[in-house]
Amino acid sequence: MYRIDLPELGFAERWRDATRLLLSHDIAPDAIIWRFGGGGDLFACDPLPGEVGPRRATVSRPLNDLAGSVLCHQEAEVPALLYSAFHRHQSDRRAIANPADPLTRRLERLAKAVRRDIHKMHAFVRFRELPTETSRRRFGAWFEPEHRIVEAATPFFAKRFADMDWTIATPAGVARFENGALSFHPAAQRPDVPEDACESLWATYFQNIFNPARLHLKAMQSEMPKKYWKNMPETQLIPEMLAQADRRVAAMRAAQPASPPSRASGILKRLAEGAPGSVDSLEAAADAARVCRRCGLCEAATQTVWGRGDPSAPLMIVGEQPGDAEDLSGQPFVGPAGKVLTEAMGEVGTGPVWLTNAVKHFKFTPRGKRRLHQTPSRDEVLHCRWWLDLERKFVKPRLTVALGATAAFALTGNDAPLAPRRGTIERTPDGGQVLLTWHPSYVLRLTGESAAVARRSLKVDLSLARRLVAETSG
Amino acid sequence: MRRTLQDKLAILSDAAKYDASCASSGTTRRDSRSGGIGSAGGSGICHAYTPDGRCISLLKILMTNFCIFDCAYCVNRVSSGVERARFTPAEVVSLTLEFYRRNYIEGLFLSSGIIRSPDDTMADMVRIARMLRRDHGFKGYIHLKSIPEASPELIEEAGLFADRLSINIELPKDASTRALAPQKKPETIRAAMANVRLARDASRERTHTGKRPARFAPAGQSTQMIVGADQANDRDILSTSVRLYAGYDLKRVYYSAFSPIPEASAALPLIRPPLMREHRLYQADWLLRFYGFDVNEITAPTLDGNLDLKVDPKLAWALANRGVFPVDVNLADRDTLLRVPGFGTRTVSRILNARRSGLVRYGDLLKIGALMSKAKPFVLTPDWSPRAMTDADDLKARLEPPPEQLSLF
Repeated sequence: MYRIDLPELGFAERWRDATRLLLSHDIAPDAIIWRFGGGGDLFACDPLPGEVGPRRATVSRPLNDLAGSVLCHQEAEVPALLYSAFHRHQSDRRAIANPADPLTRRLERLAKAVRRDIHKMHAFVRFRELPTETSRRRFGAWFEPEHRIVEAATPFFAKRFADMDWTIATPAGVARFENGALSFHPAAQRPDVPEDACESLWATYFQNIFNPARLHLKAMQSEMPKKYWKNMPETQLIPEMLAQADRRVAAMRAAQPASPPSRASGILKRLAEGAPGSVDSLEAAADAARVCRRCGLCEAATQTVWGRGDPSAPLMIVGEQPGDAEDLSGQPFVGPAGKVLTEAMGEVGTGPVWLTNAVKHFKFTPRGKRRLHQTPSRDEVLHCRWWLDLERKFVKPRLTVALGATAAFALTGNDAPLAPRRGTIERTPDGGQVLLTWHPSYVLRLTGESAAVARRSLKVDLSLARRLVAETSG
Repeated sequence: MRRTLQDKLAILSDAAKYDASCASSGTTRRDSRSGGIGSAGGSGICHAYTPDGRCISLLKILMTNFCIFDCAYCVNRVSSGVERARFTPAEVVSLTLEFYRRNYIEGLFLSSGIIRSPDDTMADMVRIARMLRRDHGFKGYIHLKSIPEASPELIEEAGLFADRLSINIELPKDASTRALAPQKKPETIRAAMANVRLARDASRERTHTGKRPARFAPAGQSTQMIVGADQANDRDILSTSVRLYAGYDLKRVYYSAFSPIPEASAALPLIRPPLMREHRLYQADWLLRFYGFDVNEITAPTLDGNLDLKVDPKLAWALANRGVFPVDVNLADRDTLLRVPGFGTRTVSRILNARRSGLVRYGDLLKIGALMSKAKPFVLTPDWSPRAMTDADDLKARLEPPPEQLSLF
């Protein structure tokens, strides 16, 4: 029979040293007695082997991590239980990874209780300020954790409150942080921590952030168990808060809406001014379009994406609708398709241009973290033609290029397939010239040779547009 | 009469309690060993709980509850007769730091009524965040509720100091926003969210020199929707959430059951807050994000597009789609297991782990932590078959909680 005495502070080290030694001699779990605190020599025990034995003990990282937490548990059989897990691990490495294994489950439960206690200590320690003679502020707290966590839980406070000195006293030991160094000391009497003026502000906050119309005591108590209440000043307010909750809710309901304060009407009047007036310029049209609700697309899209470019350009290029990137930024042709168009325009040397879309809001279906483009319906295109017509009215392009079938339909009213019409010139109902070509996103959808062909056609059409604009400017 | 700090804190925390968010998790890891005060990163910490079951993680206050807007659902609207107060930036900074040093909080959640103009208000909020970070080396958590109407430059600056930015969408449908919050514009709110998203995307890309730009709102952005103040059904609400998640890369959409407020507007009913509905919406939100469900599946079991209040949305879906069940726990893939009522994401991972060590039996499922009272009609194991239970007419009635529990809500 061997006996290991574990100290209240530094027990984890001691347990690990002993375990390493005992496992190296392959000593069975039932031949060891683990005890906290020492005292009374009840059994005649064998002395521990003086040297490391022939077996090399190994441990997996998950088991080692688990041990770190489990050891802090206050149950008396924990050190023995953990030793059996380590002992078993030398011959059966898989059991610890099986969530249905009884010992694994047990250790996991113990570890969970300890981790929760540590978490609650991080949450529920309440510091009070203490007088000091140096420039570092001093704080003190008394806390009663359920498990032996004073060593495991306090490095957190050292990292968080590095610029102040503090002491956290617990029944099992004291953690002291002074001038940047954390040290542990045996338990002393419960210290007398003086009142702190800040506590009444905290109480005020606690009382007022609470919504009496939403009482949910069970939720409160499961997260803030009563065992911690005695060292948390704010919990003394809870009975009174509960007693008043019904009355406060009734008072809220009874309070008739008072007549608004005198300043309200003036402020609201000032805010209501500046509503958009008549649409007599391109800027006014853009402002009016920002709040367009002609179809349902505005409900889902971020914002209206109005055209951009040179408002006196002889050439106007019309796409289908804004995509994801355009919708977020509010600028047309800034996404992948816009890049294809900009490249093509750069290569053929397109001059000043007004870029816009047939439909001004992005239509999509959400799919996880992405938004998938959807083709706008005929109705949506027709509703949005109001804005396209206004843009054409104010920009007065000599030639308009329609990118893709939607733009072609919006401009010409003809929704026949685009392929046979591409590269040709059609007319808007008011007689304007429209050159039809591929939409750059079509180029992106294709692969290999056909993509290259489509890209060339787009460029051919854009250079035709440039020539036509140059001819008519003479 | 001059108000004391205590008076102001009472008024301005009372005014802030209708904001549900209190998260302090998921930001960059940092601490004060190299200077300053505070730490953050990893999971958040809830420092206290109030009797409404909500946690206190952050000092959640309004900078001021003066407001020039007139939103019917808000206690601080200009036409309300509620008491008004205003903190100076120095007061907010000192309250935050003193609370923080006593370990009451993880940081600050600052919101505000709109005074003078949106830009003025936002500039003051940014100033507070800057003072905390720059003047005091504060490493704790900062959540700023941004004013959507403020200029993008101010939001840009806010993101450099704040861990999280939020912009409240408030109501699920644009028409409700226009009716109840006439000075707010839904398109402005969405554009502000889009700006935050773009700024976050940009901050994660290295520049051409390979340098990393300053982190922008590392804990992401979130929003809040009020439930029960308008006629929108749960399908409308969840569809809006899905669009917001997809469009603006939101970390969270918070649902806030409309709660009676003092000085209520005559435009709104004085109802009990629909807490159970709020709870079901959160459950559904989880199913949408982590369990591979889509909105139509979840809202299909009822005719009115609202979630069933009696059973959770996954169970409601399973009861309406019994043809899929029972599933064999030892053969089914992850996606199928995730659809079993009573199996959470963690349970499913444990099942998949346990399968590597041999067949999983009914008792193993219990040990793993599966909620078998809910799951047993829907699963097969070598030693368990639900037989006719899966298709029994009274299955729903058997799985519903007894009616008296509902009276709680």
